[in-house]
Amino acid sequence: MGDRRPVNALSKALRSDAGRGLTLVSPALIYALLLLAAPLAVIVLFSFWTQNFLTIERVFTLDNYRTALTDPLYATLMQRSISIAGMVTAVTVILAFPVAYYISFYVRPERKSLWLFLITIPFWTSYLIRVFLWRVILAFDGPVNGTLMGFGVIDQPLPWLLYNATAVVITLAHAFAPFAILPIFVALEKIDRALLEASRDLGESPAMTFLRVTLPLAMPGVLAAVLIVFIPTVGDYVTPRLVGGSGGTMIANMIYAQIFDLNDRPMGATLAVLAMTIVALTLIWAISRVRLWLWLGGRISGRARLLVLAAPVAEIALIGWVIGQGPAIFGLIPALLALAGAVLVSSAAILFSVPRGRFAV
Amino acid sequence: MTDAPLIEIEGVEKYYGDYHALRGITAGIGAGEFFSLLGPSGCGKTTLLRAIAGFEDISAGRILIAGRNMDGVPPNRRPTNLVFQSYAIFPHLSVAENVGFGLRRAEMSTADKRRAVGEALEMVGLGQYGGRAAHALSGGQRQRVALARALILKPKVLLLDEPLSALDKKMREQMQVELRRLQRQVGITFVLVTHDQEEALIMSDRIAVMFEGEIAQLDAPEALYRRPASRKVGEFIGMMNFLPAQVGVSGVTQGGIAVEVAGLGPTVLQSAQCPGAARPGAAEVGVRPESLTVLFDEGTPAAHRATGRVDEITYYGDMTYYEITLEGAPKSVQVSARNMPGRRLLDRGETVALAWDPSSLVLFC
Ligand SMILES: Nc1ncnc2c1ncn2[C@@H]1O[C@H](COP(=O)(O)OP(=O)(O)OP(=O)(O)O)[C@@H](O)[C@H]1O
Ligand SMILES: [Mg+2]
Repeated sequence: MGDRRPVNALSKALRSDAGRGLTLVSPALIYALLLLAAPLAVIVLFSFWTQNFLTIERVFTLDNYRTALTDPLYATLMQRSISIAGMVTAVTVILAFPVAYYISFYVRPERKSLWLFLITIPFWTSYLIRVFLWRVILAFDGPVNGTLMGFGVIDQPLPWLLYNATAVVITLAHAFAPFAILPIFVALEKIDRALLEASRDLGESPAMTFLRVTLPLAMPGVLAAVLIVFIPTVGDYVTPRLVGGSGGTMIANMIYAQIFDLNDRPMGATLAVLAMTIVALTLIWAISRVRLWLWLGGRISGRARLLVLAAPVAEIALIGWVIGQGPAIFGLIPALLALAGAVLVSSAAILFSVPRGRFAV
Repeated sequence: MTDAPLIEIEGVEKYYGDYHALRGITAGIGAGEFFSLLGPSGCGKTTLLRAIAGFEDISAGRILIAGRNMDGVPPNRRPTNLVFQSYAIFPHLSVAENVGFGLRRAEMSTADKRRAVGEALEMVGLGQYGGRAAHALSGGQRQRVALARALILKPKVLLLDEPLSALDKKMREQMQVELRRLQRQVGITFVLVTHDQEEALIMSDRIAVMFEGEIAQLDAPEALYRRPASRKVGEFIGMMNFLPAQVGVSGVTQGGIAVEVAGLGPTVLQSAQCPGAARPGAAEVGVRPESLTVLFDEGTPAAHRATGRVDEITYYGDMTYYEITLEGAPKSVQVSARNMPGRRLLDRGETVALAWDPSSLVLFC
């Protein structure tokens, strides 16, 4: 009897709610650990080594990081990746909102799933083919230029349609539209329509009802859309490669070049780690500031509210200054570590102390 | 009420596609009145209330508030406020922000607005809750927030769609009294939708009983209870027994209507006791359970008597309901008796004498 106890305890633990939950997620968890965490660890490890012609020097060094952070080429690419991803996110979310709004509020309930289905149709073709299609559409002798010339709007084909950052933004915004529409649609669907009527009943016009009720309640969906679009686009490799030209090259293309063209895997790994860190810090910073801002916004009013709105702008300026001047004054690594630390600590402080309220932020 | 009613509802019709939800509603609701719309589920109460609030377009007829035709006036421009059945508390705002939601356009200083919100919360007994997140409230507290949020705007009319149905019995009874007190205090016209006849009787000055998109009867609670206009209304409001009856061939004479009631015997009723016109032939007589008095002491003198056998006993503490089959009646009737000190409970199978009064009968032809 005695030796059967542990088995009973184990099966009991497995039958408890938490145990059942663990059992359910464990295949996925093991999969994630093996296929995500392990490669990640290898990449981090590589980033501290160096390539010596054909062999890899397995000695811990920060040289790669020093090079990556001082060479203006990498900084430019990183900056461009973030600003292209930011633009893609802004364009996608701003265009996706009206679509989601229309489906949620104006499409008859029995037609909604048909509409969602239609929106996912672009997914039926491969991502690569969609990018290629844009390359055709935006080409020098493509339909856009052809149409504009046919109507006499322009005499010569526009050369700037393809092979630059704009082309990357257009292509990515199209590719990620459904990813933005779906979470916003879900958030809008969850809004109790009685709340909108209550707002009208309490004297607000349809426009003010949208601003005071619909938009705040749709915010979790908008933020989900922002994350879902921003994170994959920062590291996108195919689109900039195919339609970006030299002006639209992004950090992922450089990582590819380091690893496969220049055969410098440690440098590629370093860039990857840096890109990941910068994106993570940017997002943590943004999320914590949005939460703080929403929380404060609900508690103060008038001019003080504007001050709170201005605070992140001041903070961006400060961060910009540290990135620009800090290395010269304090040294590269200390300045950047201090900056990362400050962002991390302040964000963590905000995230742990400010209640999240009804927003999923 | 000498002046024109505050709300005039004139021949209002509403179609949802083919479905005829409101079939010619006409009613006047006076200023400061506590008016109830009472009816079974699906009879169109909410539809009518939402039409007054401006959320439903009406297919025909018109609604006037304070003499102004409300046709085409959007909800935000109407002098009405609605307390939603689900309360519709904004989940992203605090309790105080919910209550102050409608004050944005008011020409008041921020400090005045804050004071108004504090007073409104105080009035509904939530003085301490202003800073709370709205989603962290109980059902009863939500209901109070919804009430404060509407009352703070001092509307001419407050519309309430089953505001108490989500509360438990104790809470509901407490809120019924409180709502009534509040209505007297602020002097605003209340229009309450409910399917609970007891609630309507307790709270209202007047009640409109609705069936299938029509007003079956519009009266003060007592008149509604004592003189239901139809068998259906009598059945819906409180409990009513129906006994088969025969209106005499002489029909209506100036002395009254001669009726032979199964179980009670022959009697003469006043024409006021018969809604609609009495005709000779088969009819029904309605009698409330408390209008039949059990004679615990057989010797008590009574002008009108009946006898019956006790079939079933339901004990409520303060009252006991007896199911009694009267001699000569085809089915049993409910009789209520107050449980007083020294009064015994009847036994099943016991034969009892009952006293009744012709004036408490209602004749349905
Ligand atoms: N938007 C709509 N479209 C079609 N029919 C509707 C609509 N709204 C209500 N109805 C119908 O109109 C009738 C009256 O509805 P209403 O909501 O006014 O009932 P109610 O008296 O408030 O009932 P309850 O006590 O259940 O709330 C119902 O039969 C309902 O099915
Ligand atoms: Mg209803």
